[in-house]
Amino acid sequence: MLEMTRDATGGRRGNDDRPIVFENARVIDPSRDLDETGVVVVADRRIVAAGKDVRTARPSDAEVVDCRGAIVAPGLVDMRVFVGEPGAEHRETFASAGQAAAAGGVTTIVTMPDTDPVIDDVALVDFISRRALAETAIRVHPMAALTKGLAGGEMTELRLLGEAGAVGFTDGRRTVTNPALMRRALTYARDFGALIVQHAADPDLVGKGVMNEGEVATRLGLAGIPREAEIVILERDIRLAALTGGRYHAALISCAESLEVVRAAKARGLAVTCGVSVNHLTLNENDIGSYRTFFKLSPPLRHEDDRKAMVAGLADGTIDVVVSSHDPQDVETKRHPFADAADGAVGLETLLPAALRLFHDESIDLVALFRALATRPAELLGLEVGRLAPGAPADLIVVDPDMPWVLDPDLLRSRSKNTAFDGARFSGRVLRTLVAGRTVYEYAAG
Amino acid sequence: MNAPPPPTAIALPNRHLLGIEGMSAAEILALLDLAEEAVEVSRQIEKKKTVLRGRTQINLFFEASTRTQSSFELAGKRLGADVMNMAVANSAVKKGETLIDTAMTLNAMRPDILVVRHHAAGAVELLAQKVSCSVINAGDGVHEHPTQALLDALTIRRHKGAIDQLTVAICGDIAHSRVARSNILLLNALGARVRVVGPSTLLPTGIERLGVDVFTDMRSGLADADIVMMLRLQRERMEGSFVPSVREYFHFFGLDEAKLAWAKPDALVMHPGPMNRGVEIDSAVADGRRSLIGEQVEMGVAVRMAVLEALAAHLPNA
Repeated sequence: MLEMTRDATGGRRGNDDRPIVFENARVIDPSRDLDETGVVVVADRRIVAAGKDVRTARPSDAEVVDCRGAIVAPGLVDMRVFVGEPGAEHRETFASAGQAAAAGGVTTIVTMPDTDPVIDDVALVDFISRRALAETAIRVHPMAALTKGLAGGEMTELRLLGEAGAVGFTDGRRTVTNPALMRRALTYARDFGALIVQHAADPDLVGKGVMNEGEVATRLGLAGIPREAEIVILERDIRLAALTGGRYHAALISCAESLEVVRAAKARGLAVTCGVSVNHLTLNENDIGSYRTFFKLSPPLRHEDDRKAMVAGLADGTIDVVVSSHDPQDVETKRHPFADAADGAVGLETLLPAALRLFHDESIDLVALFRALATRPAELLGLEVGRLAPGAPADLIVVDPDMPWVLDPDLLRSRSKNTAFDGARFSGRVLRTLVAGRTVYEYAAG
Repeated sequence: MNAPPPPTAIALPNRHLLGIEGMSAAEILALLDLAEEAVEVSRQIEKKKTVLRGRTQINLFFEASTRTQSSFELAGKRLGADVMNMAVANSAVKKGETLIDTAMTLNAMRPDILVVRHHAAGAVELLAQKVSCSVINAGDGVHEHPTQALLDALTIRRHKGAIDQLTVAICGDIAHSRVARSNILLLNALGARVRVVGPSTLLPTGIERLGVDVFTDMRSGLADADIVMMLRLQRERMEGSFVPSVREYFHFFGLDEAKLAWAKPDALVMHPGPMNRGVEIDSAVADGRRSLIGEQVEMGVAVRMAVLEALAAHLPNA
């Protein structure tokens, strides 16, 4: 729906509609299992050609870019982004989130419904789409609440919300605990193929827990969250997905055993998928150190064995998508004793550089990495972006995978600076970001 | 099918009418023929027959009903019976009497026919085992409502000539509908192609095993349908439990002119009543020229007269 509106508005910045030819690029297109040196041609806001055997005539008026071996890949599709709008604009607005995303190579963000008011009504889905269109140059698709007011009691108007543009249904940070409601929602959603997204964390098992249950929590004197809080909900929901035939997506998994559960469900042919945050792929509970609240996340950072299992699960395809789980929090919610601080960390600008660590340590190849960052999420959401196939929208990024840099939180574009990568050393930087053929970010050295 | 009704009253194999299940096509058609006669009787100024003269009919309704109860009352009276309405909701049951005790008490009053509605599936059959008179099921839980299915069939047959080869789409809350179950049985017995159409949350598990084609969208469900039968959606099921809202339900499953256009051009619309206008059906359709909803009520009296008359053959000394 947003797609149509954007194309219909035409050349908002007319000069940007000039064709572009990226030469000497390392072209990554997971939709075609493609990783080769070649050319990418963009015109009329779409990909004309991408790859080494490109015979398309170059438009005479094209801007020609010599990539010098840099990566050209689909722009990232981040399936889990919390924006402060409406209701907490001091933490993040569409404008600031859009700038952060563009700088991070994220061309599509999917917003969570836990705002004030909650996105559980057709008019509010419409509001998000309009605000985002007016305030950002990237694509924004809202997920709507699965239950009215996120109260966990009654399902929302899933079908009308879907027609209004909601790309999925979730209670965001909250877990739908009532199994009868989950069953009915999956049953109802199946009729029109809607995606039900769950934050799998049983609130009773989480209890007062604030970090992974185990030795580190015990040493720190913090209440632990058992892995079973996640696994119990996941196993239950997968049984309901099997019963109903509905499409189920676990938003964030964090435990090695959760992978076994998802793997078994996929082996049975169920419409079950899962995501992981880049934090859980690159950090572990030891990073909490001396009560650093920017590492307080939900689900919590787990043991190093769990992290390694997540990386393996990503490499073997058990994990479908990698998200930032971008969650802006400010001083008033984070400068507290660890147990009292809010969960969450910003991540739009660090999603790709952090994920590239897995490429550099040879845990995963670039095709698999970009499949999880762009292609697969777009497929799950029913979006035509996330690939460089001819005819696809020209949402792409140019990335120098080796450029070294150190993260300075003050330079983050996000309004909130609660990053789990304060002072982190990265290799890899986005040089340029295009949305629908238009440049929305360009790296300027210095 | 348009043959004149047989001159003599037909006999049902049982002394009770507990459901459509187990009835043969021949029995159903004979009842419909007898009902045709009753339609004629009911359209005369002198509406009285004497088949049930001297007989006592008790309408025992454990669940409130205006339409069905008054229809049975009129049917009995037109056949000459003495009819008594027991409003059970405010009587002995409230004082804690069990269903069986109520049945035994009534049985001791020596009625000839009991017409029973109860909120629990199987309750009417249980009661029938304990009394010595004939029992007619006027609706038990979400199990069966045989006279509704018969009156629907009579209405359809009078307009379409025959029931076999017709495509009938039963739409809406199938899960909580005894009308749907009785109609599925009856229409299948008479050779119709039966469909159920509704959101999956309102389709009971295993419904496809009952001889119906299942659709979850109205466009394909109504395509080529001769009859569109709408079902009532109870209010307590609308607000986020089985469907998210009235607005959403009407948008996708409420029968309006636009959706009716997906059915055959001569498709007819039915509803067992009472209707929720603007929920499962739009007023323009309910009151439109393709609606049989008013006629269904008239056929209700005729069918119940036919059922009473057919059961009268089993009464002692008949």
